[in-house]
Amino acid sequence: MAYDKFTVLTSTAVPLPIENVDTDQIIPARFLKATERKGFGDNLFRDWRYNSDDTPKQDFVLNNPIYSGKILVAGKNFGSGSSREHAAWAIYDYGFRCVISSFFADIFKGNSLNIGILPVTVSADFLDKIFKAIEADPKTEITVDLPSQTVTIQATGERESFEINGYKKHNMMNGFDDIDYLQAMKNEIAAFAETTPY
Amino acid sequence: MSQQASTLFDKVWDAHVVRKINDGPDVLFIDRHFIHEVTSPVAFLGLEQRGIGVMFPERTFATADHNTPTINQDQPVKDPLSANQLKALETNTAKYGISHWGLNNPKNGIVHVVGPENGITLPGMSIVCGDSHTSTHGAFGAIAFGIGTSEVEMVLSSQCIMQPKPKKMRISVNGQLHKGVLPKDVVLYIISKLTAAGATGYFVEYAGSVFENMSMEGRMTVCNMSIEMGARGGMVAPDETTFNYINGRDKAPKGEAWDKALAYWKTLKTDEDAVFDKEYHFDAADIEPMITYGTNPGMGMGISGSIPTAEAIGSGQASFDKAMNYMGFHQGDAMKGKKVDYVFVGSCTNGRIEDFRAFASIVKGRKKADHVTAWIVPGSHIVEQQIREEGILDILTEAGFQLRQPGCSACLAMNDDKIPAGKYAVSTSNRNFEGRQGPGARTLLASPLVAAAAAVTGVVTDPRELLVEVN
Ligand code: SF4
Repeated sequence: MAYDKFTVLTSTAVPLPIENVDTDQIIPARFLKATERKGFGDNLFRDWRYNSDDTPKQDFVLNNPIYSGKILVAGKNFGSGSSREHAAWAIYDYGFRCVISSFFADIFKGNSLNIGILPVTVSADFLDKIFKAIEADPKTEITVDLPSQTVTIQATGERESFEINGYKKHNMMNGFDDIDYLQAMKNEIAAFAETTPY
Repeated sequence: MSQQASTLFDKVWDAHVVRKINDGPDVLFIDRHFIHEVTSPVAFLGLEQRGIGVMFPERTFATADHNTPTINQDQPVKDPLSANQLKALETNTAKYGISHWGLNNPKNGIVHVVGPENGITLPGMSIVCGDSHTSTHGAFGAIAFGIGTSEVEMVLSSQCIMQPKPKKMRISVNGQLHKGVLPKDVVLYIISKLTAAGATGYFVEYAGSVFENMSMEGRMTVCNMSIEMGARGGMVAPDETTFNYINGRDKAPKGEAWDKALAYWKTLKTDEDAVFDKEYHFDAADIEPMITYGTNPGMGMGISGSIPTAEAIGSGQASFDKAMNYMGFHQGDAMKGKKVDYVFVGSCTNGRIEDFRAFASIVKGRKKADHVTAWIVPGSHIVEQQIREEGILDILTEAGFQLRQPGCSACLAMNDDKIPAGKYAVSTSNRNFEGRQGPGARTLLASPLVAAAAAVTGVVTDPRELLVEVN
């Protein structure tokens, strides 16, 4: 599925300073019953966002109008748990294009890159600075610059670089996905398959 | 590659690399692909939208498990959304000629139970599934890991995925396990030491006498939970135990093909001087029956201990407090004696025959505690049949338990088996996340022996106290 190209994103950010946010929190299993990729944003962080009678929980950050933006900033080990790509879909569908944390679970990171969300890993110190900047002023803008691989807190000018491999960077900047790449090498794959023992 | 010593993981991974991309991932060929109803529909939809087909349908195997009810499976599935997903799996697999073990098929069961028990999972393979507990299959010396739906679409359309090669970790456990300590305790112990993110970025090899002496069922339990410390997967070198388990299974190689396969499998071990990026060593004697007290699988402790501090487990205080608040526990609490409302025995972690044997060993001659609701759910129809044939069903019935039909059941609260808000469940599954077993449900992960002890006493109980009485 093609997605929007990602180059430079400047936006306010939503802070979620919780560690080990697992995919069951991002989207609980009972909302995985669709057979199409639609409407998952409504159930993003469902049980943190809504009471059991579907009224919003006032103290949850997504229900606080002070915070908004295309960047989600979260505590370490974000996206642990299940392989459900629905978690990344929900984040994308809600309107986020980038998640910043000091540590991501592997599968979540891969899923995000595959659907056009940029996971940005920063140092624990820098993450803390971002949280502080947003706390001081919820309108603080963050710039995520993929070509130069840097994150900048606009209010303070503090900047840190992040890593991404060249292949994925190229894909994100052009909106390409792996399936296009693999389709183009099918002959090579078919020849390889002949040589496998199974 | 010259004469360099390599690990088991290197050997299997490198044998599957179709192309290496400079400053990018490896293109990895996938021998076996499992799919289920939840993470596959959008992948099939993607194929349609792109107008591409399935490259090797014979390499993909489908089973229905997550959404399925565990009673009255012969009747239509009531939840229309679940029924729709089950139907989509049936239609999609029929359309592309993929093997499908749907509800009521005698081979049906949880994907990570039926793959191995039918001989689809073999040593040296690369195996993926849109499910993080695909790591289970690593017990056979395969590289097996969970993937997302975009990758399911990749595998369907090209039999490959693109993955950077993970780093390598070896976890060795040597010595003699105490009585009453099961493979589940071993892995919960390891995760409690490494934390829920301690192996992120790594592929783990489990080594040492404890795993060498472990059954295939036990190795599957351990490899299954590799993902709970963030690892991409876990594996155990194949040996005679592995070969004996596979020999004669439905789809296992036979005759000459078997001899050839066996010769290859015997080469699948880590060279003596191979180097890992990280190594851990543990002593079997330090492990006691485990139980979790928090909201991630790293928050586990020996059953006779008390809940540690945030600092002691390297957690942030706010996250720790949030977990304690959710669970209704406090640091310093003893776990023994805490009231239990539900007991769940099943899942791809502990839904195999050995798990029900262990459970039965304690409930035999005892009665289910009145206030406990117990869900005893085999991982597959084949396991269900073994339970009957071995007389375990009689023991269960005698003690006041009912056997349900195979499926993921209360492991993930996606079907009808949900733990109510605020209730405590001792569960043999793999995740104690908030709401994992139902909104507001409180999960205590443990072995089948700990589950049995809780089921008959109604409180968290050290199973060793009951084992001693029997002998
Ligand atoms: S039993 Fe649980 S962990 Fe295993 S496949 Fe089913 S839902 Fe996933």
